Amino acid sequence: MTLAEMPFILPDLRPASAELFVLAMACLILFVDLFVKDTRRTAVFALTQLTLVGAAVVTWAGTSGEVVYTFSNMYVHDFLADMLKQLLYLTDIIVLFYARAYVVDRPLLGRGEFYTLTLFATLGMMVMISANHFITIFLGVELLSLSLYAMVALNRDSATAAEAAMKYLVLGALASGLMLYGMSMIYGAVGSLEIGEVAERLQAGVANHSILVLGLVFLVAGLAFKLGVVPFHMWIPDVYHGAPTAVGLFIGTAPKLAAFAIVLRILANGLLTLSYDWQMMLLIMAVLSIVLGNVAAIAQHNFKRMLAYSAIAHMGFMLLGLAVGVVGGDARFTLNAYSSALFYVVIYVLSSAGAFGMILLMARAGFEAEDLDDYKGLNRRNPWFAAMLMMLMLSMAGIPFFVGFFAKFAVLQAVVASGQIWLAVVAVIFSLIGAFYYLRVVKLMYFDAPADPTPIQAPLEVKALISANGLAVALLGLFPDTLMWFCLLAIRLSLSVFA
Amino acid sequence: MDFKSVVFYLFSAVLVFASLRVITARNPVRAVLYLVLAFVSGGGIWMLLEAEFLAITLVLVYVGAVMVLFLFVVMLLDINLDRLREGFWSYLPLGATVGALMALEMGVVIGGSYFDLFENRVPALVTDSNVKEIGRLIYTDYVYPFEVASVILLVGIVAAIALTGRQRRQTKAMDPAQQVLVKASDRVRLVSMPSEKLEDSVPQAGE
Repeated sequence: MTLAEMPFILPDLRPASAELFVLAMACLILFVDLFVKDTRRTAVFALTQLTLVGAAVVTWAGTSGEVVYTFSNMYVHDFLADMLKQLLYLTDIIVLFYARAYVVDRPLLGRGEFYTLTLFATLGMMVMISANHFITIFLGVELLSLSLYAMVALNRDSATAAEAAMKYLVLGALASGLMLYGMSMIYGAVGSLEIGEVAERLQAGVANHSILVLGLVFLVAGLAFKLGVVPFHMWIPDVYHGAPTAVGLFIGTAPKLAAFAIVLRILANGLLTLSYDWQMMLLIMAVLSIVLGNVAAIAQHNFKRMLAYSAIAHMGFMLLGLAVGVVGGDARFTLNAYSSALFYVVIYVLSSAGAFGMILLMARAGFEAEDLDDYKGLNRRNPWFAAMLMMLMLSMAGIPFFVGFFAKFAVLQAVVASGQIWLAVVAVIFSLIGAFYYLRVVKLMYFDAPADPTPIQAPLEVKALISANGLAVALLGLFPDTLMWFCLLAIRLSLSVFA
Repeated sequence: MDFKSVVFYLFSAVLVFASLRVITARNPVRAVLYLVLAFVSGGGIWMLLEAEFLAITLVLVYVGAVMVLFLFVVMLLDINLDRLREGFWSYLPLGATVGALMALEMGVVIGGSYFDLFENRVPALVTDSNVKEIGRLIYTDYVYPFEVASVILLVGIVAAIALTGRQRRQTKAMDPAQQVLVKASDRVRLVSMPSEKLEDSVPQAGE
């Protein structure tokens, strides 16, 4: 068939309407930003928030339980994608509200690019969440990473920010290279890059196992890097610490959702046949992350660095859930294990947003509120916010009746069900050690004298959101069932094992 | 020997010669120019293999854009080659060993039976030129990743401008409307001053 005879069939664009909407709006906002004279960029901020709300509406309108593929099977639309995207928009909206006052006070950060790059990063995450092809996964990761590198460096007069951006860029490029190398190895062994087809051909058992495992090692290393788990965690503390807090908040929250999505799609949807091999890798990384994250966080005096090590430990805990899905070829526990990991990552993003939000709330122009000592006596300065931060810390520590406890509990239940009791014991012991540094923050707030007695000033919407964030952690702790039900539903409707 | 083989050997000889000169030329500008020659010869060989798209891309992108940039950089930098070459002989044994090992490893992998999956999967015969074929794929099956890649390039532009562009206020561009509206009184202010003696007006050293 020659080119002239080839009929052109327009791909079905409807499943991807949210992505198209966000892309169009991001380009529009780039233009609008040119004509905005206002140094506070209120119009750009409002348009960005409206875009996110609009995307939520578009996604909601297209939500169904079905799995739809489009763009020659490169794009998948399913319930997991819808749920993660909605959480992504929500996280973005919260992040932008928290970051607003901080970036307005800092002229280099508060330009229109902060908002447009946030939208482009969001688009990258949406591409990742809905990817059904190794190429789309890689491009989504690159779109996200490139936007994040630039956002970290946006405050270009700060040497620490430039250093963090440089480290992030170099290590991130290395990780992308590893991932790409792994993908090409798998392509070499299987002959396809489409996730569903990879799974089919693996099932048929034609591929060379040793070359597959070699590719898998590279792929898992690249994914681990993006998640930030030991031994690929080195960039996390430096980037969290060096990046402007508003950007740190963004890096520490939304990308975890997207990274979870690609890990699940690649490993559980594409390479489930190799689960014995990758589960071992995930287990080792999970245990190392829980140990190192919790122990190293104790030594930190900088709140952002402490949160970075806590992020490493939390991601390790989340990996535990992914690593126990298949026991001896038996997929009986898969649903519970993966949905507990999904629940864990959602709760982590919620708590992490709140904790970073508190740093932003305390920060003023020219003052960063990064040190743990800045939180001394917060109770006397403002008892309400001290209570909110306490709830967030207790939830992250996994104290019962806050939602963090249920997240840990669900993962541990999956671990115990898989028969690896020792793993659960290690996880619990190091979570207990980790509770120390969360409780230290509580101790500083309630039992130490404030170094700086000025009352806290913040816009009303930020105060309201922080309160909502803290209360959500407490309320979800009392009623975790609904969210858990959604997680179960998302995993059951979207993973090919259950189809 | 048919004409095709003659062309192949000619291009290969030029390629090998140019590659050798890239690493042996003393002058970095010459080395870059030899690299351009190497790329063009490589492009010619690809063309012989009927991989027109790769050949065109190599010449357009690498020779046309990358190497020109490279040439600029090399011309702008003051590279002292003699200092770069100082440790050449002491590093030679190690370098030669590493090179030999790499050659050996490549031989094992390429000669081995991995990737044998492709041997029984001959690609469909391409009747059109492969530029056409790649174009068709990019705009049909791969349109989604292609568009995402273009967004990545857009982000690259936005990021580069955000990180390097200073405020527009600092530009020295004139506003013609403002210039036309100027009045003589805005430019020169005549001040009447009493005349003074010369020695009073000379500033003293300590002031």
